This record gives sequence, C-alpha cells and structure tokens, in this order.
Amino acid sequence: MRDLAKRFEWVKPRAVASADGLPALDVPAAHLAVFAVALRDEWGFDLLTDMAGCDWGVDADPGSRFGVVYHFARSNGGALLRVSCLAGPNEGGDAVVLPSLAKDFASADWFEREIFDLFGVSFEGHPDLRRILMWEEYEWHPLRKDFPLAGREAALPSGDAASMGGGLDRVAVAPMEGGPFVSAEGGGSPRNGEPRGADQSWADDRGAGENRCDHV
Amino acid sequence: MSRPSTDFGQAGTDNGEVVVTRLDAAINWVRANSVWPMPMGLACCAIELMGSGGSRFDISRFGMEVMRFSPRQADCMIVAGTVTYKMAGIVRRLYDQMSEPKWVVAMGACASSGGLFRTYSTLQGVDRILPVDVYIAGCPPKPEALLDGMLLLQEKIRKEPSAKMLFRGRGD
Ligand code: SF4
Repeated sequence: MRDLAKRFEWVKPRAVASADGLPALDVPAAHLAVFAVALRDEWGFDLLTDMAGCDWGVDADPGSRFGVVYHFARSNGGALLRVSCLAGPNEGGDAVVLPSLAKDFASADWFEREIFDLFGVSFEGHPDLRRILMWEEYEWHPLRKDFPLAGREAALPSGDAASMGGGLDRVAVAPMEGGPFVSAEGGGSPRNGEPRGADQSWADDRGAGENRCDHV
Repeated sequence: MSRPSTDFGQAGTDNGEVVVTRLDAAINWVRANSVWPMPMGLACCAIELMGSGGSRFDISRFGMEVMRFSPRQADCMIVAGTVTYKMAGIVRRLYDQMSEPKWVVAMGACASSGGLFRTYSTLQGVDRILPVDVYIAGCPPKPEALLDGMLLLQEKIRKEPSAKMLFRGRGD
C-alpha cells in the first residue's frame, strides 16, 4: 500500500475503513486503466474477482453519483485489494463513463456489461458494450435508485413476443401487495402479520412493536 | 384411486376372455401412466425437480421418468423456476412446439405467481402466457410435493374426454 501511494500520488486510502478490514483505495477515473495494469504487472494482482456498481443516490452530485468498486486478488499469495472509482459525466453530462478494463482483465468484460445494463455506466473502450440481463430495447437502468422496484410498463422483448398467447402484451408493473403473500389481518408489517416469525431469534433483535420491514 | 374403478369390465361366457372398457378410459390410462415431462428448469426449483428424478424419490414409479429436453418429444412442461420477461417468449415458443395433447405444471411460487420476485424483470406467474393445469406451492416444493402435483395431474388426465378431443382437437 505504501509503495502504491509513493508511486501514484493520486491513490488515496478510502476515508472510511472497510467493515471487513480489506485495504481499500480511491482511484480517480482518469488513472484507473494505468493503475489496474500496474497492479497486475508489478504487484501481482492478476485476478479481477468482482466489480460492483454503486449509486450514491439521486441527491448526490452528478459527477460523483455513480461509482464502481473493483476487487483485485493476487493468485500467488492470496492478497485482496478493493479499489473504488467514481464515474465522471461524459460530454453530454447525463451518462457516466469509466475506462474499460476488459482488454487487461478478461473477467471485466461481462461485469462491465452488467453494470452498464443495470446502472447505466458506460465503459470507454469496451469491445462489445451491450445489455446483458435486460433486453436490448429496455429503456431504463433498473438498479438506479430512482427506478421503482416494481418496474415500469414497457414493451415486451422483441422476437418471441409476437407468438405470446394468454393476452400478455406488455411488461406490467409488478403488484407490491396482495397475491399469495398476504399478511394476516392487523399486520402492517410482516413481523406482526406472520406470527410464526416471532419466536425466531433473528427476528427478535428489536422491540416487538417495531417494523423491521416497514417499506414493504 | 380409492374408489372402485368402473373403467374396465369383463364380458363373455368364460370370465376373462373379453375385457370391455370405454375409449376414454383406455386412452387416458395410456396417457396418464406415461407422462413425458419437459423440464423447463429456470431457477432453484429445478434442483428439486432433479432430485425427484433421482433414486431417492424416483419419479419413474409413476411412469414420468422420461424427461425430454426437446419439446417435440414431451407432453408435459414442468415450469420449475422464475420466469423473467426475457425468458417468457422462449417458454411460450417451446410450449407451442410441443404436440397435443399437452399439459403444464407450474412448480413453485415463482412459476405460479412470480413468487418473491415482485420486480421489474419477473413475469408474475407463468399462467399469464400458458394454460397451467396444476400449481404446486412451495419455495421450492419438496420432491414429495412435486410428485403429489404430478399425481394430481394424472387424476386430471384420467377425467378428460379424450375420445371427443381426438376428433375435435384439444378442447381448450
Ligand atoms: S419458487 Fe423459490 S425455489 Fe422455486 S425458483 Fe422461485 S425462488 Fe427458487
């Protein structure tokens, strides 16, 4: 870590320590590609084990709303390193961009497609940046904080949609209440409505009247 | 079945020479005892479906062990798992490719109603695109529950007016 900070003056340890004790660094997007290659070639972090997209909320400053957390591992010696990088706005100002690591770490290819799909972060230099989970014509990035969990009305994926029977013609907003998972009367929270949960220790770490899941 | 069957009778001077039956009973007897399922395994429920095929639960006791991965060779689609909108069209197309007569079993909460996935990506029950014959509760249903559901399906098949349908196409 000290070597890294000496070599790259823009590398900063994260202000808040990771709960799991992993060393974590902040790296500016402009230097990410250089940094990742140096990590791999000089420090032996040859494996990009995970990439996680982050949305810091609609109130965040547009330039620092979206970020990606990278997890690098050293296959020889077993060290782990966490690197956080905020995505900057592009010229249009609305999208968010990061340099792609797909050329240097093969595993980044699909991770980046997933983050592009669900968070709308685009990766500059990615060889094939398409959606990977949602279908190509889908209009939104569903893991953004301003996207409702229930989804929005949308057109069905093209192709097979035409052959669909049963009157399904659109993607519907998922119902948040009713259906097979109905709490008992007088519930409000699942905790009150599901008496069988009450005697389980995992459900008992708060006062009996409190709603653990009042967002439901 | 606990009730005495009236599907088969014996006739003739010497008992046993001739067996009489109704056409429906004969056709349904054949169909119900050789259901060829198509495992539409889409998520965790598929693991229990595989468990049902193993020696411990042994779905072949009921004549249903011939799992076919081609819709052309199957007559009962077991939808085992979460159906996303992206997958829905493919599930429907596979169903369309199965030849008549055909049945659909919705295995587990996801296939029956979307289950715990009240989300943007999940079809809220496969019955929005397919005619489901049997719903099996559970997340996932145990193999016993699957077998119970399949026995229910057999019951249903045994009551179908198959002979009439032979000449009219399936009446749904
Ligand atoms: S019902 Fe439960 S076990 Fe079955 S596919 Fe859905 S989540 Fe998985």
